[in-house]
Amino acid sequence: MNNILNHIGIENYIFLSVILFCIGVFGVLYRRNAIIVFMSIEIMLNAVNLLFVAFSTYHQDAQGQVFVFFSMAVAAAEVAVGLAILVSIFRNLGSITIDNLKNLKG
Amino acid sequence: MNTLIAIIGLGVLCLLFEIFNLRKAIVPITILGLLGVLGLTISEFNSTESYYNNMIVVSKFSSTFSSLFIVLTIFLVALGHNFYENHQSKISDYIAIKIFLLAGAVAMVSFGNLAMFFLGIEVLSIALYILAASDRMNLKSNEAGMKYFLMGSFASGIILFGICLIYGAMGSFDVTEISELSQSAELPVWFPIGIVLVTIGLLFKVAAVPFHFWAPDVYEGSPALTTALMSTLAKVVAMATLYKLLSVMNADVSESFKMVVVIISMASMTVGNIMALRQTNVKRMLAFSGVSHAGFMLMTLLSLSTSAGSLLYYASAYSLSGIAAFCVILYVCKNRDNEDVVNFHGLGKTNPLLAAILTAALLSMAGIPIFAGFFAKLVLFNQTIQAGYLALVIVAVVNSIISVGYYFKLILAMYTKEPNEERKGTPVIIYAVAVIAIVLNIALGLYPSFVLDLLA
Repeated sequence: MNNILNHIGIENYIFLSVILFCIGVFGVLYRRNAIIVFMSIEIMLNAVNLLFVAFSTYHQDAQGQVFVFFSMAVAAAEVAVGLAILVSIFRNLGSITIDNLKNLKG
Repeated sequence: MNTLIAIIGLGVLCLLFEIFNLRKAIVPITILGLLGVLGLTISEFNSTESYYNNMIVVSKFSSTFSSLFIVLTIFLVALGHNFYENHQSKISDYIAIKIFLLAGAVAMVSFGNLAMFFLGIEVLSIALYILAASDRMNLKSNEAGMKYFLMGSFASGIILFGICLIYGAMGSFDVTEISELSQSAELPVWFPIGIVLVTIGLLFKVAAVPFHFWAPDVYEGSPALTTALMSTLAKVVAMATLYKLLSVMNADVSESFKMVVVIISMASMTVGNIMALRQTNVKRMLAFSGVSHAGFMLMTLLSLSTSAGSLLYYASAYSLSGIAAFCVILYVCKNRDNEDVVNFHGLGKTNPLLAAILTAALLSMAGIPIFAGFFAKLVLFNQTIQAGYLALVIVAVVNSIISVGYYFKLILAMYTKEPNEERKGTPVIIYAVAVIAIVLNIALGLYPSFVLDLLA
């Protein structure tokens, strides 16, 4: 495992996760469908998980991989709450486009 | 540690009450339980211990702030008795979520490992998403919950990325190891980037200026009690965590970072106050006032080693007056679909006590003597001048003067306008909470050294 990391280099892993993270960020900022926004948030979190595992191998230290379990569990809980909110919005509004959510202004 | 276990036990107990059909007793028992936890926290005040391989470190800082959070939660749970009286069947859920939120808050100030920090912040945020959207038939509440969820999980992603880069640079999640390593060797460039990302994520939660845009919408849309929770407990927790994180991880913050803090602090105060001037909705107004108070509290980051006491004092003064103000808002705006200033017209005649309490709370926020808000600002400004940031203090003083403008708009509306309708009797619990909160606030104002010496 360490060999592969030596061949590829930790920098490339960082670049890959930064690119994935930015894809997620732009997804959150520009897409209007709530489900796709949720998926973009998941991409952000998973980009970080990838980097955790890469760093964990780089440092020869298991803590990073354990942290990934924490962050996966948290992400699952978070998205469950998000979907519940989305369901109640769909019941009231009949759509999941977040552009419809602009009653609060001032 | 015992605090955290006891709080979680209490939360589980709340859920069990539902099964045994004890909904009527849930609020009093929870308050008694929280008072017990408060006593437990105070009893281990002077101990400094770490548990579970440094996952949790109990120190003076963590136990004082935990006590403040527990006191605030007691107030919020007590108000819940009246606020949720039409949702009796779900009251144990609402109360249990608040208790779990408190557990997250305590974990956030007593972490010794970044994993605990992340879990704490997530437990707090997820509980808040649920509470923000808890009025599920109301579209405004849905919208507030959705906006808060999107912003919050975005911020969590950024915090997670920051933690990851810190781990990459240091090879450990333990904050003491990180702070030792950060002083010795040549650091990879990832470490400062990680710190900056975590700081940005927490500034989202504090609602400081470039990251404040969600606050007014979410505060306005959420149920009033949740708004009270967000503007007092959640803000104070995030601020204390940011303070602890920076002071634990890199004791000497670089000059350029301090410059950024100065600019964010100035911008938060100014933007918050100026936007608050033109609000007619009281919740929105308090949201912007919260943004400006976040700016004031950020000033403590400029003298990290000495300002823990003044942060605690400012946080207590601000959150106690916030609780008192929201008690009155809960009373006035019950069964109304908005919280405009019009609703407060003539409150001075129809309910003089509550009007006086709201006046006192707003005066404390504006920083008028006798109330704790004044001494909090005094101590904070004094400290910031000693740290050598005169310009920042001048901006802060000017901002305190501006803030009087919108606080007095509400006070004048209560005393000079005619009441537009009769109000029915007030529940005792609202009186009780409001009076206790404001009395505590005045007591803090009369004896500032009591709190300031705790963390000196």
